Amino acid sequence: MKVIKEKHPLAMRWTHWVNFPILTIMIWSGMLIYWANDEYKITLFGHTYFSFFPEWFYKTLHLSHRLAEGMAFHFLFMWFFALNGILYVLYTMISGEWRELVPQKKSFKEAWLVLLHDLHIRKMAPPQNKYNAAQRIAYTAIIVMGFGSLITGLAIYKPVQFYYLTWFCGGYHFARILHFALTIGYVLFFVIHIVQVILAGWNNFRSVISGFEVVNEKPQPIIEPTPPSDEKPIQ
Amino acid sequence: MKNPFSKKPKKPKKPLTVDQKISRRNFISFSSFIVLSGAAYGGWKWLYNSPEEVAGITAGARKPLRRALNKTELAVRQLFSNNNLVKTYPKEMAAKNVRHNSDIGSEGQIDVAVWSLQVKKQSGEVLKISLDEIKALPKTDIIYDFKCVEGWDQISHWGGVKFSDFISHYKLDDQTQLEYVGMETPDKEYYVGIDMPSAMHPQTLLAYEVNEMPLPAKHGAPLRLIIPVKYGIKNLKRIGSISFSNTRPRDYWAEQGYDYYSGL
Repeated sequence: MKVIKEKHPLAMRWTHWVNFPILTIMIWSGMLIYWANDEYKITLFGHTYFSFFPEWFYKTLHLSHRLAEGMAFHFLFMWFFALNGILYVLYTMISGEWRELVPQKKSFKEAWLVLLHDLHIRKMAPPQNKYNAAQRIAYTAIIVMGFGSLITGLAIYKPVQFYYLTWFCGGYHFARILHFALTIGYVLFFVIHIVQVILAGWNNFRSVISGFEVVNEKPQPIIEPTPPSDEKPIQ
Repeated sequence: MKNPFSKKPKKPKKPLTVDQKISRRNFISFSSFIVLSGAAYGGWKWLYNSPEEVAGITAGARKPLRRALNKTELAVRQLFSNNNLVKTYPKEMAAKNVRHNSDIGSEGQIDVAVWSLQVKKQSGEVLKISLDEIKALPKTDIIYDFKCVEGWDQISHWGGVKFSDFISHYKLDDQTQLEYVGMETPDKEYYVGIDMPSAMHPQTLLAYEVNEMPLPAKHGAPLRLIIPVKYGIKNLKRIGSISFSNTRPRDYWAEQGYDYYSGL
């Protein structure tokens, strides 16, 4: 029998979908800023593997010579990014949702099993509540990263007025590298997130818009049968 | 409690089936999602295509974004304090090869013997001050991380007179009651406007030395502004004149879409 199972509260859906365009704008305007001094590269043992970013990348996305514009957009949307993030975290804390989200002791071990399961190496995934162990880690990490972007962002935005934040982030120069690295982290998160959402299917995706999932439940017998069967109800 | 406004009792409704509930909730949530996404996209289009501001003291930015920059300035000015100092470093950490980005307003050599600093008071009175007179004032050195709006930063060593010492020596304290300081190069090709609190910050210098040597032309000989609470774009090279006003003085990069305040 089809049953509606509530999954994502309205506040979570709102902040999720508000964050998506804001973060996109922040990353885009961030690249307009980064272009002006594009000095970060991945170098190992004297060999440069990748330079952020190749010329064709700037060209295709029209990112060149737009520093002033990038700063103006970045310093407007930072307010919305911060506000939306704070609202989400407050909601999660007050509602108790954090219990479903924050990694538990066993999560780190279990996340490995989830990964093996997702890669079709292992048949069984560990039992879970709303989120599996890997999701707990990922969805908590992304919030920590968001907070990191906020702190490193403030540290490079007002390094004199927020000198203690700049100090905390390892100085102006390093804070800027962290701020950049976190952004690369979002892009990697995004790629994995999209793949997972596609693999998880429609029912899962819909729940982030409509809030519920449709599950098939066996009709509950009115009188409990005495011999309990081995089969567990499919959740 | 009965609703006093309902005239006739409603027919008892058939409870919705699960499928009806699903499609009803899907309809509501997805149509809201689409409408709101459309609105967000429309809002973005509006902002992205919004007209450029009317060129004045500031120019080159989209109107709403300039408004946002100016509003944000009001907020971040609340953070400003003379107790918040830029981090300073030991002398050995200063770069030997000091980075140089632009020569606008300070191209070529300048005859220091002929040069003098013009200080224009609000009353119209103009002081002419020679480099030797400035060098006679108490000297201050600062080794700090110079920050460019482009994103690079470099620890560099500057020496000169504190702007606040300069003000008190020339009895310009009444001028600091005004809100802004304007500085221009002798050829008036480059110019900056600085809010008074930032100008009077204890680390703001009128510098005549870099790495304990007289400024070379490319670093703004004979006298330049070193203002650690601002991005490099405000650190005017080769100062020709200083003026005071209650309105924003013209500013080279604020005319090119950059934030007027550009504070750190």
